[in-house]
Amino acid sequence: MTPNLAASLYLISGVLFILALRGLSSPETSRQGNFFGILGMALAITVTFLSVDILFSGFIFIICALAIGGSIGAIIAHKISMTAMPQLVAGFHSLVGLAAVLVALSAFYNPEAFGLGTFNNIKTASLIEMSIGTSIGAITFTGSVIAFSKLQGLMSSAAITFKGQHFINLLIGIGIVSLITYITINQNSHIFWLLIISSFLVGVLLIIPIGGADMPVVISMLNSYSGWAAAGIGFTLENTALIITGALVGSSGAILSYIMCKGMNRSFFSVILGGFGGTDSALQKNKDRKPVKSGNAEDAAFLMKNASSVIIVPGYGMAVAQAQHVLREMADNLKKHGVKVSYAVHPVAGRMPGHMNVLLAEANVPYDEVFEQENINSDFANTDVAFVIGANDVTNPVAKTDPQSPIYGMPILDVEKAKSILFVKRSLSPGYAGIDNELFYRDNTLMLFEDAKKMTEEIVKNLD
Amino acid sequence: MEIDPFIFRLSIFVLSIFVGYYVVWSVTPSLHTPLMSVTNAISSVIIVGAIVAASSLSSDVGFELYNMFGLAAIVLAAINIFGGFLVTQRMLKMYKKKKKVK
Repeated sequence: MTPNLAASLYLISGVLFILALRGLSSPETSRQGNFFGILGMALAITVTFLSVDILFSGFIFIICALAIGGSIGAIIAHKISMTAMPQLVAGFHSLVGLAAVLVALSAFYNPEAFGLGTFNNIKTASLIEMSIGTSIGAITFTGSVIAFSKLQGLMSSAAITFKGQHFINLLIGIGIVSLITYITINQNSHIFWLLIISSFLVGVLLIIPIGGADMPVVISMLNSYSGWAAAGIGFTLENTALIITGALVGSSGAILSYIMCKGMNRSFFSVILGGFGGTDSALQKNKDRKPVKSGNAEDAAFLMKNASSVIIVPGYGMAVAQAQHVLREMADNLKKHGVKVSYAVHPVAGRMPGHMNVLLAEANVPYDEVFEQENINSDFANTDVAFVIGANDVTNPVAKTDPQSPIYGMPILDVEKAKSILFVKRSLSPGYAGIDNELFYRDNTLMLFEDAKKMTEEIVKNLD
Repeated sequence: MEIDPFIFRLSIFVLSIFVGYYVVWSVTPSLHTPLMSVTNAISSVIIVGAIVAASSLSSDVGFELYNMFGLAAIVLAAINIFGGFLVTQRMLKMYKKKKKVK
């Protein structure tokens, strides 16, 4: 295949990737979008095979590698539970990062294959692109491994901080820039390895100080990094498909990070600098416990059965308790009693962007009953019952009233405006932000102290 | 003076960032998780580099270290491609509309 034809086909595959993302603008077109993505990938791989001079034996090895990786991927995709999506995505990011490092290493040792010059005599521009791509790839790799371990519970999700952390990061950062500069002047493979190792280190140091509550931002951020790494390698290989994809993924991850930060009312820099999600912020202001009204499943069932509308507010606690299926059963039951049921989802309701929507979809909740915050907030005032299950901070009115509060300014769901509020919660303990929720003590609030799944099951029984 | 091809690639890169920006903002928030898994899958188009790296096998020397790097990268990228697209498909299948019966 001529290089010009190959380049044009790579461009088409890049366009197909754009269409893949475009398809996700609505659930109806999303499956078609995914198909475009697969098509683009198949095209890119085919073009590559047709443009390399390849020996038959080499071809066999490559097919084997593809088959091994493909089967592992297919099995994982088939087996993974939807609650584990965040760690799966983090794990996948680490693979992109490592693949970028490996491709760059290969190009460094064998630049002829890529048309970049000869060993120890690589074009300066290619060296710069290669080093930057490698460095970002390496950071993505170790950063994602740490994020994966935190999400999977292999290591504590608490923020790990120590004195001089930011100073060390700065020092290594300067070190990396100097190493890249050195490599462009003096193409030393030892220095190239040193660059990879220091980038690995930065990846670890960058993610360990970030606490569990900020994981949605971290995953989106690593998504973005994996894109920039791919783009860096794309420049080195002079491959349009890779450059387009890298730019798309990079900006996609950046936008998601922004949305997540906004949803948590945190500035991007404060997330990166870390330390949030620890326990030291759990300073309780109101020590005198006001009385709360607590009820049982029977009360809750009675209240909701006689309501004309119910809004369900699911949070991560619901997902942890695996209550989504029984929750949908409860909603179906209520609908039979003529109650209008809808779901309100906060942007940071899960452990990654859009996580809650997937969990609800898995439980067969129709997506047109699930609303984003800005579309449902005005409905709370006309709603009889708000059923809050496993959520806390995202309903806390202090975000609007108390400028001293750590969550002040965070967009919240206006649960307080509903005629009555039901809270399914194990105890009165504060949420991630470590602050008390005054809604617990309101007259129209009924606390249901129980595991989310157990309580919902009880309610379902009482509805019949 | 001729324009360096790098500038062309840079133009593609910059314009793609803008395309990405507008396309991603139009993605409905309820599909943000599939968005992440599909971007994961497509960023593994890095496999094209891995294939080039692995295929530059010279018949007389046999496998070199850089071929191994390429093959390892193919395995990693393939996990991502298959895993990413399939898990996205699995998720998207679950999104259903309300049934109008009853």
